Amino acid sequence: MATEKMALAKAINESLRRALDSDPKVLIMGEDVGKLGGVFRVTDGLQKDFGEDRVIDTPLAESGIVGTAIGLALRGYRPVVEIQFDGFVFPAYDQIVTQLAKMHARSLGKVKMPVVIRIPYGGGIGAVEHHSESPEALFAHVAGLKVVSPSNSADAYWMMQQAIQSDDPVIYFEPKRRYWDKGEVDSEAIPGPLHIARVVREGSDLTLAAYGPMVKLCQEVADAAAEEGRSLEVVDLRSISPVDFDTIQASVEKTRRLVVVHEAPVFLGSGAEIAARITERCFYHLEAPVLRVGGYHAPYPPARLEEEYLPDLDRVLDAVDRSLAY
Amino acid sequence: MTESTAARKPRRSAGSKATGTTGTKAGTTGAKAGTTGAKRTTRTAAAKKGSETELVQLLTPEGERVEPARNSAYAEYAAFVADISPDELRGLYRDMVLTRRFDAEATALQRQGELGLWASLLGQEAAQIGSGRATREDDYVFPTYREHGVAWCRGVDPTNLLGMFRGVNNGGWDPNSNNFHLYTIVIGSQALHATGYAMGITKDGADSAVIAYFGDGASSQGDVSEAFNFAAVYNAPVVFFCQNNQWAISESNEKQTRVPLYQRAQGFGFPGVRVDGNDALACLAVTRWALERARRGEGPALIEAYTYRMGAHTTSDDPSRYRHDDERAAWEAKDPILRLRRFLESANHADEGFFAELEAESETLGKRVREVVRAMPDPDRFAIFENVYADGHALVDEERAQFAAYQASFAEAEGV
Repeated sequence: MATEKMALAKAINESLRRALDSDPKVLIMGEDVGKLGGVFRVTDGLQKDFGEDRVIDTPLAESGIVGTAIGLALRGYRPVVEIQFDGFVFPAYDQIVTQLAKMHARSLGKVKMPVVIRIPYGGGIGAVEHHSESPEALFAHVAGLKVVSPSNSADAYWMMQQAIQSDDPVIYFEPKRRYWDKGEVDSEAIPGPLHIARVVREGSDLTLAAYGPMVKLCQEVADAAAEEGRSLEVVDLRSISPVDFDTIQASVEKTRRLVVVHEAPVFLGSGAEIAARITERCFYHLEAPVLRVGGYHAPYPPARLEEEYLPDLDRVLDAVDRSLAY
Repeated sequence: MTESTAARKPRRSAGSKATGTTGTKAGTTGAKAGTTGAKRTTRTAAAKKGSETELVQLLTPEGERVEPARNSAYAEYAAFVADISPDELRGLYRDMVLTRRFDAEATALQRQGELGLWASLLGQEAAQIGSGRATREDDYVFPTYREHGVAWCRGVDPTNLLGMFRGVNNGGWDPNSNNFHLYTIVIGSQALHATGYAMGITKDGADSAVIAYFGDGASSQGDVSEAFNFAAVYNAPVVFFCQNNQWAISESNEKQTRVPLYQRAQGFGFPGVRVDGNDALACLAVTRWALERARRGEGPALIEAYTYRMGAHTTSDDPSRYRHDDERAAWEAKDPILRLRRFLESANHADEGFFAELEAESETLGKRVREVVRAMPDPDRFAIFENVYADGHALVDEERAQFAAYQASFAEAEGV
């Protein structure tokens, strides 16, 4: 395959295919992942090529999916589980929090839990209730879990490889509204570490930190700000647990201003933690308080209102203006 | 809900339907289908006498062997212990006595402040030893937090079980050294782990089986129903072993279910059977039956071991607030250890020397447990940060360093 331009969903598909091909212990499990290839076609063609024993259509029971994945991991398998939509993960939340996250510690390190849970997340696709949420903070808050979210095709491919190779459970949040965005994927590249943030655009006046679907938005914001003569740096966090604070700190020590952007509600979101820690680390460098742009403390609204709810170009620029006004 | 009245009395009017559903693999287990049919014929007459008549029982409370007629409902199960030797019977007795001794020692250690909590298995020895002794070395056990007798059968050092109750760890043993998973506190969660593990056995082409323990309270959990369904759908080699000890802390069976628990299996498409949980021989027989058919690829089974929690839920519980002493007295008459002793004595399978030797062995075990627990050190404070992740985590490293610096500041202040 070497270098090829492909959609983000296709990049995950290719990555799963590679994992299934190279390790007989890798399994795909979920609702509609087999014959249908998943409702977003992320697992398209995998059951056909690897069989029903490796790519498993499960009963519609999320706790059952994750609970049996834990049992399979105990038997030596490396299950990659799909939760069909963000808002459907909660029946499995108990298994994820009380069992999956804690098994390694409970066994004093004798049991490993190499389980990946894929969750298409976020809004912007005009969906019905429970199909547009961003629950990543609810998982990042739990010790024992690792939480990541790619923003582009190359990361989607390589971060999936690394998540599957991890001996810790990884919650892999897929930015569903970017599934169809295309990018270069080099399948022979040597990827950097999984939990490292990346500066995707250099700038000097202010740092925008984001992950998943909001990285593209922040790059657009930086373009718009550039037209107004402002130089914004954009950091793609990639990992939400752990957060690569060193990279954010280095950026903020340079720009002296930070705005964190995510679709998830602002209150107690990952932006709150980043604001607190960066304030602690960079107190004497900051020219303005760390600002956050995200969802409101309200249920995700009906589709006709989601544009009001989601961070967009103007809302992020508004925060940029407020930060620069200090 | 229209059929909910069926719950009050275990009447089964379903007739031939019940036979068909229970014997899902009628072709391969003709005997079982026949069994179900035979059971049905006894039910009409037995209905008024309540659920006890449906128990598979091979040893009465008085210690008499029940010899099922060749064509009776339970002959198939009885066949699994037909050739049991006096030595094996003494072994079951010894296991139960030592388990009870260990359990009593742990309760005492809690009262002495050496353990923070203890969940006693008193009264459930036959269910645990009978089923535990039915497992093969390569089988895998998924316990609740009360399976001390099963742990004993698996060769787990009983003192390993006490760390979590003393508060020095949350389990900590290696599940793979005895194929005995860690104690699971969240009720019913392990039923799914067991099912997944069993699915893995099938994928590996192995002929091992899995047994998942849970209680009457856990039967209400969604995870247990999901486990039943996954196991049935994937025909996983897992035996669901429900110890119905009548009480989920303070809640009786009536608060958990409207149908006898073993009947739940029928709706998922696999056989369910209720066994006298105070009869080690019957528990051994029925569990062997279930594990064997799982190994043969015939899928899951549900065993409801009808027993009684003679003690409190845990040492923190006070049963006098919700149940009467006479209930306990009635169950004491059905004590699992007493009945096997009566049988051993009447059959001349054990002499006074055996019982005396076992008594001495019990005391030695109790003493060892006491000594090991009292010598169990508190973990190092930095254990908080150990094993949170297999591959490490930057935040854990950062917080460990901060914690270390904080601790060190006291040493500096003291001029050490």
